[in-house]
Amino acid sequence: MEQQKEAGTIGMWLFLLTEIMFFGGLFLAYSIYRAKYPDGFLQGSHLLSVPLGGLNTVVLIVSSLTMAMGVHYSQLGERKKLLGFLALTLVLGSVFLIVKYFEYKEKFEHHLFPAYWTYHPAADHPPTQYHGHVQVFLWIYFMMTGLHALHMIIGIALLLVIMFMAYRGKFTKEYNSPVEIFGLYWHFVDIVWIFLFPLLYLTGFHVSSGGH
Amino acid sequence: MASEVIAQTEEPRVTYLNAGHTVKSWLLTLDHKRIGLLYLFSISVFFAIGGIYASLIRLELITPQGDLMSADTYNRVFTMHGVMMIFFFLIPSIPATLGNFLLPLMLGAKDVAFPRLNLLSWYVFILGGSLMLITIMTGGVDTGWTFYPPYSSIYSNTQVTLAGVSIFITGFSSILTGLNFMVTIHTMRAPGLTWFRLPLFVWAHYATSLIQVLGTPVIAITVLALAFERTLQIGIFDPKLGGDPVLFQHMFWFYSHPAVYIMIIPSMGVVSELIANMTRKKIFGYHFVAFSSLAIAVFGFLVWGHHMFTSSQSMYAGMVFSLITYAVAIPSAIKIFNWTATIFKGSVSYDTPMIYALAFIGLFTVGGMTGLFLAALGLDVHLHDTYFVVAHFHYVMVGGAIIGYLGGLHFWWPKITGRMYPEIWGRISASIIFLGFNLTFFPQFIVGYLGMPRRYHAYVPEFQVWHILSSAGASLLAIGFIMPVVYLTWSLKYGEKVGDNPWMAAGLEWETSSPPPPENFTYQPVINHDAYEFENVKEIKEAAAREAALQTA
Repeated sequence: MEQQKEAGTIGMWLFLLTEIMFFGGLFLAYSIYRAKYPDGFLQGSHLLSVPLGGLNTVVLIVSSLTMAMGVHYSQLGERKKLLGFLALTLVLGSVFLIVKYFEYKEKFEHHLFPAYWTYHPAADHPPTQYHGHVQVFLWIYFMMTGLHALHMIIGIALLLVIMFMAYRGKFTKEYNSPVEIFGLYWHFVDIVWIFLFPLLYLTGFHVSSGGH
Repeated sequence: MASEVIAQTEEPRVTYLNAGHTVKSWLLTLDHKRIGLLYLFSISVFFAIGGIYASLIRLELITPQGDLMSADTYNRVFTMHGVMMIFFFLIPSIPATLGNFLLPLMLGAKDVAFPRLNLLSWYVFILGGSLMLITIMTGGVDTGWTFYPPYSSIYSNTQVTLAGVSIFITGFSSILTGLNFMVTIHTMRAPGLTWFRLPLFVWAHYATSLIQVLGTPVIAITVLALAFERTLQIGIFDPKLGGDPVLFQHMFWFYSHPAVYIMIIPSMGVVSELIANMTRKKIFGYHFVAFSSLAIAVFGFLVWGHHMFTSSQSMYAGMVFSLITYAVAIPSAIKIFNWTATIFKGSVSYDTPMIYALAFIGLFTVGGMTGLFLAALGLDVHLHDTYFVVAHFHYVMVGGAIIGYLGGLHFWWPKITGRMYPEIWGRISASIIFLGFNLTFFPQFIVGYLGMPRRYHAYVPEFQVWHILSSAGASLLAIGFIMPVVYLTWSLKYGEKVGDNPWMAAGLEWETSSPPPPENFTYQPVINHDAYEFENVKEIKEAAAREAALQTA
């Protein structure tokens, strides 16, 4: 039993290591293109809504806290409190995705999805009021946040499973490693967002929009 | 069997093979040994497909004109040969078959750490493989196995996206296998089995798993980006939209160079086992051989730029990559010299596995040394993308990885099946493979040095003699590869039944019965000695005791 728990924890850490490498490729692309096209990134960053991004950051950090509390109460074997905190985490995670939906919707309405220009050659390519390399920033933004949102969706699906198990009273003082391991995953997704927020939203936050 | 009637009072021993006979019991098994055999079967199919493509290439190149197929078809043929052989045969070959089968046995464990994950990895592999087969049926890919943009992202009108998705999925199988092995080695060792008592096979697999876990996600994100670029044209690698095609090469080779070490390191682990057991000696410099595996794994992540000397990267980057590439020779040479030192004054038996091991040493040395030619910046400008490169990596991948794989398969065949393959046929086929391999690829060094570029289906007539030699060798090689399939299959039914430890080998996997019971060990093994200490082998102990009894009598 002890060995199994240890194995599961090591396994999850290794999996998170692969995830770091997975996102790492995009962070690499980000660094290269930011060095190459500072102006495009400056202007692209101004297209994003800092209040919404900031709200999402707060939401996710709080959800990490509730998740940690959930793990704590699962170790004490308190089923009710565990369920409550898991439900809070679920709500906060969903709030994050809802905010994300509105953000994406706004981008699509302004034709700021890079592929739009490919399939509508008649449209501005890219819109003339923007710097030519905003497009590079935008695909990085969509790919990074999209991949992150996908991880959130997977996380929420797993959370539902964990909650169902908790509801059935599967977790005791002795057996709670699924909660703990899922907690690791949730914190990882949170940390990725904490990196994404300053890199994408706050780049040039203190600089007036310009870049031409 | 039928001819002899034995009054059997007891049931036949339960082994992992007869623990269940239904198809379901195989397809839903959690037993690492059965999963290893599932992998063995599936990668053999992929190997056959890759081999058919290889023979098509060699047939086309017999004549200087492109008369067997069009240039377009030829592009698809060499691409699918590369994709099949690399992603679906070489990368899973030793870890997923012998590794899955032997790792828990060598550790004295009941199974791997995550048995269900292990089965999942096979299904993921089959899913990826099926998608690749669909890719083949719908026209294949013509970009070369490296999928370089902008050709792959804009111009190619073949199934690049589907192939990318297939590789993305198969990558997960590789990650799961690696993750499983690492956790297994960390948590499932038998009591007393410390890190420096592990067989070198396990060390090699630890290093391999490290690469699989750290490298594979990078190619996953790379092919994902390529698929987005291809479907949406959003400017990731397209210079017209501000992207950078060389970024793809960096990201691709950051995985794909370590990937060639995924192919070779397990093979080195197998060869360490073969040489120690076939020369009846403790491996020379155990710690060095163990750590050189890790060193190769670490260096593997630092040399990806040597594929890109001619790709506009800066001269200083080229110099650094060149230097580190030379450094890879150090751990490789440590292994080679330690093996030769082990053979020195050993009591060598030239059975089939040993022939493979010796072939490995020779061919891997040639392959590695020509790697140093290619690591030299100036020389690489001439040799880049010629047949010299093709010959070099075939010497390492076929002459290293596949030879090691076959050697290991022969060595552990009695453990896997409880029966021995016909030794004489084993030796013949090993020799044919060795000869055929050299005849196939040595001329390619020469023709590459003379300037024959790779991936061309027509060439100048001066090169024809080398290509004819090479194609002749390829037919020998084909015979050599088909023979083991025949006699190993034959031995499943008619092979001589041998005991638990026909080689008198040292190692935990030989202490359980052959084929092993479903739980591997009927008792909890406890280790109190180092690896490769032959005086501790049960059979040898018994023989020594009998000897002593005769002396006193």
